[in-house]
Amino acid sequence: MVRERFPDQVRYASCVEHVIESAAVAEFLVHTLSLPAPLAYLLAALIHCGFILGLVAAGAVVFIWAERKVSGRIQDRLGPTRTGGKFGWLQSPADGIKVLAKEDLIPRAADRLLFRAAPYVSFSSSFTAYLALPFADGWVAFDTNVAVFFILAVLGLEVFGVILAGYASGSKWSLFGAMREAAQVVSYEVPLGICVVIPVLLTGTMNLTTIANMQAGWCSNWLIFHDPFTFAVFWIYATCALASVNRAPFDLAEAESELVAGFMTEYSGMRWSLFFMAEYSSMLLVSCLAVILFFGGWHGPIPVFDWLGWAYPGGASSWQLTGFLANLAGCVNFITKAVIGVTVMLWIRWTLPRLRIDQVMTMCLKYCVPLAAICFIGALWWQVAGWWSPNHWLPLRPDGPGGMRETWVVAPEAACGEVARRLPWADSAPPHGAARRTLPGCGLAGPPAGWRTGSPAAARGGVQ
Amino acid sequence: MCGLLAQITVSHYLVVGAVLFVTGVLCMATKRNALGVLMGIELLLNGANVNFVAFGSKLLRADALGLDGQLIPLFVIVLAAAEAAVALAIALNFYNNHTTVDVDKAEELKG
Amino acid sequence: MTIWAATDWYAFFFLLFALLACGFAAAVLFTSNIVRMAFYLTLSLGATAGLFFLAGAEFVGVMQLMIYVGGTLVLLVFGVMLTARAPFLSLRPRSGEWIVSLIAGGTLLFLLIASAFGVRNWRTASDSGPLPLAEAQTATAVGAGLTGVRVDRLNRDAAGHALSQLPHTDSGYLLPFVIVSVHLLVVLVGAAYLARAKVRRRSATESTASVEG
Repeated sequence: MVRERFPDQVRYASCVEHVIESAAVAEFLVHTLSLPAPLAYLLAALIHCGFILGLVAAGAVVFIWAERKVSGRIQDRLGPTRTGGKFGWLQSPADGIKVLAKEDLIPRAADRLLFRAAPYVSFSSSFTAYLALPFADGWVAFDTNVAVFFILAVLGLEVFGVILAGYASGSKWSLFGAMREAAQVVSYEVPLGICVVIPVLLTGTMNLTTIANMQAGWCSNWLIFHDPFTFAVFWIYATCALASVNRAPFDLAEAESELVAGFMTEYSGMRWSLFFMAEYSSMLLVSCLAVILFFGGWHGPIPVFDWLGWAYPGGASSWQLTGFLANLAGCVNFITKAVIGVTVMLWIRWTLPRLRIDQVMTMCLKYCVPLAAICFIGALWWQVAGWWSPNHWLPLRPDGPGGMRETWVVAPEAACGEVARRLPWADSAPPHGAARRTLPGCGLAGPPAGWRTGSPAAARGGVQ
Repeated sequence: MCGLLAQITVSHYLVVGAVLFVTGVLCMATKRNALGVLMGIELLLNGANVNFVAFGSKLLRADALGLDGQLIPLFVIVLAAAEAAVALAIALNFYNNHTTVDVDKAEELKG
Repeated sequence: MTIWAATDWYAFFFLLFALLACGFAAAVLFTSNIVRMAFYLTLSLGATAGLFFLAGAEFVGVMQLMIYVGGTLVLLVFGVMLTARAPFLSLRPRSGEWIVSLIAGGTLLFLLIASAFGVRNWRTASDSGPLPLAEAQTATAVGAGLTGVRVDRLNRDAAGHALSQLPHTDSGYLLPFVIVSVHLLVVLVGAAYLARAKVRRRSATESTASVEG
């Protein structure tokens, strides 16, 4: 849209969209409010960032309160009850004000610059990862083809803040905590990566929007129920995610019975709370990622909006009220699932005792990595052999990417041509917009399809 | 900003690559800490990667190098990881033997 | 409103990331504290990843973040912490070295920049203009290239449709990919062995020494 309107500024449409993928909001601003394109892109980017920052901050506030309540209930207490009414729901804001009012101490032995910078490194990396996370069909700040990889990479950077904090504090406790965290996070990235690759393999794309849309329809279509191996791999993912966001029982880096508070020992006030916000936002993030990869994202257990015909059809580029409502409900659905995941994390924290550091490493290298690798091969085998999957008895709507994956599962031969037809390079110049809504990249099944059969028709037009 | 850089071309990327490359070379030449030298190598390789990506970017020029410009940096990144692992092992070994990481002290092979 | 019409976000972000990358690279050069050097290097490499995103190489940018910043540099910081004793924290080069290297580096930089602007094709954008976004997304094509299918080299018919036959001689980057994987494995095992061996021997000599003592 923007491209036709501003032919001399093609670069915005192609590149800025790339960086701050705000096309939908920006198009609205340009067309309806007729703002100049650069301003529209700036506003759109600010709106996106504001939403994400709001979600992260609100999430931290809610989860800190929930943590207190959950821990209270598990320990047969009430948790906060007084602050702000019946459930103590103002406890987190009250804590926030207390933390803000605290003195900001920097130890004399600290490296002042790195000590100050470390919390921001942690927080901004866990915040940046949200940029590539879709909350509903098309509701994503940065719609990239490598979203899964991006989130894993950026989430892995959080450990840098912790290492810096541990080193810069100039304290033995902090340094020990930081070294533990670094070793743990770097090791757990390996099995986590293998676990994440399995849904990527089954859907044939790293684009999270597409991965979630491929699980549309009944809950039988969720990837966790795809085959026994994906079911097993979800639990490995849950373990590794718990370890990589440094939550109990893997919170060795801040083990208060051994290391005072680990890397956070010397921190106080606002900087300390930044670390805390980073921790809670990465908890929510890995939970959201699990929901997209294994639990269908914004697609509910029952496809209500598909029956109503409200959901955006594939390839739609204009705004529709029904589609918006479907997306809104999907977003609520998505966040509900993610919050359930975080609640389970809280439950685990107050139930299981902390592991020793050697047990943590054993867990990763001797159990998680081999099991994840076995599941990887197993899921691949299951898919190639075309064995039974829930899609066989509970079919879903035939159109849309979900239906396409079903065809893939049930009748892989027919699907090959379809995939080849939708690939970006099948035609020399796919229309702009179409490629975004449909499948930007269907993975490796595409080119070998035409390549293997050797017929030009298969590569060009699919099944006639 | 706009008048000067209305059009970002390959040359601008090459300048960034050149700066990274030269800083890397200088790091390698002047740092006495073995790990500092290693960091210089990383910067240098990164400068080369910027050049490759710029030459391969179809967003900058339609007749660009294409996919090769993106595949080669991938190999460079992986090889840099391998090189860093080995160099780090050597540096740790050196530290264990000489209790220093000053590369100027590594002069036993001097005739 | 005119200022908005004149703003080019692409140039803005390029300038931002370029300045961050170059500035922190210079900071790496001019800092003598090894831990700060590692920190600045992280920021410089992260900004370079931003440049890769701007140039349309998403996959390379993410690889940079994942392997370089998240893997290699964490390893480096580990090394720094294992060897960071007060006397080595800041080893300063001699001032004579500084002068010579700055002269040499300045000359090299001048040469490189002059040549960067020396070629007409590099200095100007192509006449046909940049490609649309859909064509510029390369993650899938890069993945296919690594597994031996060069989708950008498919034979095309007159209408621009891709024909099925790939040149049989063209296996993309499959072989280098396999070689580099094996290489990485061997190197990691070797590095682990190299880093462990001396510690063992030293502890052995220490124990014999203590026995003799």
